[in-house]
Amino acid sequence: MTEPMLTARDLHLSFGASPALAGASVDVLPGEVLALLGPSGSGKSTLLHCLAGILVPDRGEVRYRGSRLDSLSDELRSGLRRTDFGFVFQFGSLVPELSAVDNVALPLRLGGHRRRESEARALEWLERLEVADVAHKRAGEMSGGQGQRVAVARALVSGPRVIFADEPTGALDSLNGELVMDLLVGAAREQGSSIVLVTHEPRIAAYADREVVIRDGALAAAVVA
Amino acid sequence: MSVPHTLLGLLEVQPRHGYDLKRAYDAHFGHDRPLKPGQVYATLGRLERDGFVVVSGTDREGGPDRTTYAVTADGVTDLDHWFSEPEGPSAYLQPVLFAKVVLALQSGRDAAQVLDAQRAEHLVAMRSLTALKHGADLDRVLGLDFALFHLEADLRWLEHTAARLDRLGKELSR
Repeated sequence: MTEPMLTARDLHLSFGASPALAGASVDVLPGEVLALLGPSGSGKSTLLHCLAGILVPDRGEVRYRGSRLDSLSDELRSGLRRTDFGFVFQFGSLVPELSAVDNVALPLRLGGHRRRESEARALEWLERLEVADVAHKRAGEMSGGQGQRVAVARALVSGPRVIFADEPTGALDSLNGELVMDLLVGAAREQGSSIVLVTHEPRIAAYADREVVIRDGALAAAVVA
Repeated sequence: MSVPHTLLGLLEVQPRHGYDLKRAYDAHFGHDRPLKPGQVYATLGRLERDGFVVVSGTDREGGPDRTTYAVTADGVTDLDHWFSEPEGPSAYLQPVLFAKVVLALQSGRDAAQVLDAQRAEHLVAMRSLTALKHGADLDRVLGLDFALFHLEADLRWLEHTAARLDRLGKELSR
């Protein structure tokens, strides 16, 4: 049996008096695309943030490749997010002051790679995502679809084992949304990355191999493809 | 729309005579297409023949005799199967799903479970259609998109309903 890449067990997390997670458990397998579905406020984004080590649960545990993630220091979790994880969010994924190529090169530069090498690899990814023509434009000078493709390139450039995508097509029309998903899922499958995908759009969830439904902070139903 | 299962579900909530059954059906499910009285009695006859309902009494209130029907254990088993089995994803599914949700709430079954099973069934179909789009010609892709958007509309209704189950349950119990 394949060992999960990420596991969450019995996660509980409250913001003040409001419980966001109430016993959520889930496995993410290597190379799989897993969709987290559920109504607004159900806790699906909170679960994604716990799996990515951005939030630490009050109770329960998160393991990445067999080792506890939730008990690591802030610094170690930040390092892991830089080296092993990629992120695409609905809004604000890009640094507005930087050009597209500098945005994509950023994870490599933070990881200690040289400028020239980082930019060359960033350009390769922009070409692959069919947005090389905006390489020297800033986020404000691109369309929403172009900006999200640049964000996908940045999420993939360092060869992450897991990509966390929180409503990656939420601000796009249906055609741009499908293009972003085709490119994101296609590139992730090529390099064997898993994707944890939060979405409220069924057509976007249909790109996943499997979905779990979150309701009131816990899993409501699961279907294995 | 499965009229036999819907009538069976209404009889599970409480035994009723034919006219009462028609009124209950029309109030919840027959806004656009009320049942014809003949259809009620013909369906009750088939349900009785199959052992899913029995005559539980006869009364007269200033008019003709009225026969009251009640669901049998076999009828409940048949309903259990109906509730647990998701419908094949197809267009115009809403009436049968709505009937399942209302009757699940009225009979104390888990209506959220009915919706979850249906969501999973729809997503399996949508995953297959999405995979078929990969590398297909545009005319084929647009045909698949047509089916995908219709299934998505069903799913949006499922989510919309799932978020209102508590309120629907309270309204139905009034």
